[in-house]
Amino acid sequence: MSGEALTRPAVLPPRKGATEASSTWSRMDRLGLAICWLLGVLFCAIAAAIVIFMMVQGIKYLRPSLLVTSPTAGFSESQTGGFLDPLIGTVVVALLGLAIALPLGVTIAVWLTEYGRPFSLARATESTIEMLAGVPDIVLALFGLLIFSSPILGFLSRSSGHVVFGRSFFAAGAMLSLVALPLIVGSTREGLQAIPAHIREASLAVGKTRFATIRRILLPTARPSVITGSMLGLGRIIGDTAIIVVLLGATLTTNPAGGTPVLGVLKGTGSTLTSFIYANSPTGEANQPTKAYAAAFVLLLVVLALNLCVDLIGRRRKAVTWSS
Amino acid sequence: MHDPLLFEQRPHWWSDRRAELSLGAVVAATLAGVVAMLVFVVVQGWPSFAHNGLAWFGSGGSVDQQIKAMFLSGETGGHYVYTFHAWALIWSTILIVGGAAALSFVSSLFVAVFVVEFAPDWMKQILHPVVRLLASVPSVIYGLLGVLVLVPFIGNHVINQADKASVSHIISLSGYSLIAGVLILTVMIAPLMISIFADGLRSVPRHWLEASQALGINRWRTFWKVGVRAARPAIVAGTVLAMARALGEAVMLAMVSGSVGFAPNPFDGLIFLYEPSRPLAPTIIQNIEGLSSPPLKHTLFAIASVLLVSAMLLSLAGWAAKQPLKRYAAA
Repeated sequence: MSGEALTRPAVLPPRKGATEASSTWSRMDRLGLAICWLLGVLFCAIAAAIVIFMMVQGIKYLRPSLLVTSPTAGFSESQTGGFLDPLIGTVVVALLGLAIALPLGVTIAVWLTEYGRPFSLARATESTIEMLAGVPDIVLALFGLLIFSSPILGFLSRSSGHVVFGRSFFAAGAMLSLVALPLIVGSTREGLQAIPAHIREASLAVGKTRFATIRRILLPTARPSVITGSMLGLGRIIGDTAIIVVLLGATLTTNPAGGTPVLGVLKGTGSTLTSFIYANSPTGEANQPTKAYAAAFVLLLVVLALNLCVDLIGRRRKAVTWSS
Repeated sequence: MHDPLLFEQRPHWWSDRRAELSLGAVVAATLAGVVAMLVFVVVQGWPSFAHNGLAWFGSGGSVDQQIKAMFLSGETGGHYVYTFHAWALIWSTILIVGGAAALSFVSSLFVAVFVVEFAPDWMKQILHPVVRLLASVPSVIYGLLGVLVLVPFIGNHVINQADKASVSHIISLSGYSLIAGVLILTVMIAPLMISIFADGLRSVPRHWLEASQALGINRWRTFWKVGVRAARPAIVAGTVLAMARALGEAVMLAMVSGSVGFAPNPFDGLIFLYEPSRPLAPTIIQNIEGLSSPPLKHTLFAIASVLLVSAMLLSLAGWAAKQPLKRYAAA
């Protein structure tokens, strides 16, 4: 320690260079730090490689016409069309999944933080949500096929006679909502828990009921967290492939069931960007790698945009702090 | 005419008590749904376990031929065949998930320590979005990159002709391999591990580290001996949760693992890394058309229930392991 450090007044915050330099460490310690740097840079390089490679391929193969034409069966690139239907399918599935997961997730989070009685049910719910986060999506897909092909839920998908097909936008959306649910519950809970108790007490003191407090004060305050959770959930829904491949049918184009305009589409089968990429990869049935690259580029852009949104909301959320 | 007391006595239709009850009912219904899922999947898979007993988990015969026989017996509608020995699939799962978890554990621990303590600020600002990005890339894009970039590279440049010839009588090596699956899966699960590790490391009380440094221990040793040890619950939790995620990965592995029911043998030397195989989850997605055949359907649900039970146990273990960390918030 130098004399200068000893005479410094204690109230000053530690200066930036106050920590010791790694040159004083033993060789093993410095080797460890070198490994840290190496791996850190390696991860950055992998991420950069993925983004740059996808961007190069995307620019090479993505044509505006691909976005507005439907996929068709064919053997060469010029015959197979674009991916309008998968694009619409992704939007439909995302909206359906979020429409189920958002109210359900907020309800569960509110109940857990604001009521949470009986205690045993709260603990059970907490661990169940935790387990749900770990359930493989392929298992959710199989389970979905099982329940949606039961005759009771036959009105949600195509059926002929007594055989219910069980594959539809409804089925896929319902199962995908379970993928997003843990993220929405987790984020909303965090937001609600960050609100200090005196806010609730103030609202109760002026005669509001607990439910009115939740609806008028707590939920609006926690809105950024709810939105963050939904964005994260949306990212998972859009990126999911197993549930789509199993529950949305293997058709590349949207294939409505029945004549009703909107309901028919939702009851019918179709595709999303992920299942389009899966089918067009060399291991898939359609096998048009250039189309897969173009679609993957679009998908990556959507996911990156969602990430950016989460970032912006997170930054705004930090600006709001509670004075103690 | 309205009773003048009506508005005062009858509780509001959306009273507090009712609100609590209805919210609780929604929660209980969701809970029941998840439990029902567990029961349904296991019940559907039960015939396959019942016909094979513990031999279900054992080895014997070719898995692919057994699946084919099951499918055909279901199509003809006569005598159903249930014989199924999943060892090759289970072994492939163990190798790929274990390999990815081990690789990812070491690199994530170093990166998490780096992000929390040793990286300069500008590096932290790069690494945060990088980790988030890697976590949010959909698995099908990882699979596409694997199939179009990594697999041809391994097939053409890493495996030499002598290697290919040496095992050509058993299996053909084309680049679809264990190592491709392990490497991509490592990149996929590392972000999850890094973020949980880093959360744990950040929650270690600052004065514990300062106390160690005050004794003259350098920052590196201090952080590994005090910080990393104190964050052990988070490290266990992150590893376990990432393994649960890896276990359920179906799409990417279906694309790069080679899709052959084959059990690579590590005692054959390093060549086992280049051999194709197929874990449990991709088996389901690739035989999904076989659901129309009852015996194959029950077998697929049996595979799903093995995955479901192990993933649920892993997630639960990870959640339980994380609990002690909450104490530090009070410390």
